[in-house]
Amino acid sequence: MRELLPTLERWRHEQKRIALATVVRIYGSAPLPLGSKMAIASTGEMAGSVSGGCVESAVVQEALEVLRSGRPRLLTYGIADEVAQSVGLACGGVIEVFVEPLPEF
Amino acid sequence: MAGTDASIYRQFEEAVRRGRLVAMATALTGPTIGAKMLLWPGGGSEGSLGEPTLDAAARERVAQVFASLRPERLTVETAGGPVELFLDVQPPPPRLWIVGAVHIAAALVTYARTLGFYTIVIDPRTAFAAPERFPHADELITCWPDAVFAEVGLDESACVVVLTHDEKIDNPALAMALRSPARYIGALGSRRTHAKRAATLKALGLEDAQIARIHAPIGLDIGARRPEEIALAIMAEIVAVMNGKVE
Repeated sequence: MRELLPTLERWRHEQKRIALATVVRIYGSAPLPLGSKMAIASTGEMAGSVSGGCVESAVVQEALEVLRSGRPRLLTYGIADEVAQSVGLACGGVIEVFVEPLPEF
Repeated sequence: MAGTDASIYRQFEEAVRRGRLVAMATALTGPTIGAKMLLWPGGGSEGSLGEPTLDAAARERVAQVFASLRPERLTVETAGGPVELFLDVQPPPPRLWIVGAVHIAAALVTYARTLGFYTIVIDPRTAFAAPERFPHADELITCWPDAVFAEVGLDESACVVVLTHDEKIDNPALAMALRSPARYIGALGSRRTHAKRAATLKALGLEDAQIARIHAPIGLDIGARRPEEIALAIMAEIVAVMNGKVE
């Protein structure tokens, strides 16, 4: 989280809206621990990581949708998921990621 | 998000920035999805998850989260059905106290921040402790380091690196650090300098066993010569100590 703060500050300064993605559940093995975070700007830029690279691009797409709708989403990624064929986790685990719009201030 | 959520979220970011222990509960499902509650170690809280049952569950579970410093996921039964909660905790980063706003210190701050340390540079000499020299440090303090250590107290996670080469500054700082449970204490200087320093510290009333805690010459032996290389050697030694690879 701390390492994301300078980026969040910059994006706010640039008037970009921001979504935050957090790993909120892990089944089996996962590359990053519970609570790992990634921030996504309305321009599609990203900072941080929720899976070490496996599902980040999919999370960016969801985050842009969350920013459009203003509604948070709880997402599941892993080998049991249909999406897994294209964006699955290499380590065979399943993770849940909560994506929410950050308040503007 | 509602205005109150903005205030809660801002406080959360501020606490993380300042390295303060804090937890944040979020409703992941249910009618109040996205609602947030901020929880402090002292028992205080702000905001609401939108339902008294959820708030009570978060308050009840947070002590465990503060104890383990690991986030938790819980399912709470409410009148409207089960709701998923996430209790996030941001453990405070280890603190690296750097005595001496010298060239090595600037590189050390860079490496330490990359590794997740909260960096504090202390130097009573205003010419050295100039903000434009340390824009990347979390804190820059223009004071005598022993006075700062006496005021804040060094805990078991503290790392202390002494770099000024000025006995008037270094030795009182070291004496204070050696009387604390600090995890790592290192001092710049050759073996000869260190022998002289050890004698001074002994005269100040410190025991041999305490003085032996000082890592000197400082840093892992990687043949470091340039200030940036010395900073890398120091940081590598601190990581080795934190990981239990070096005493």
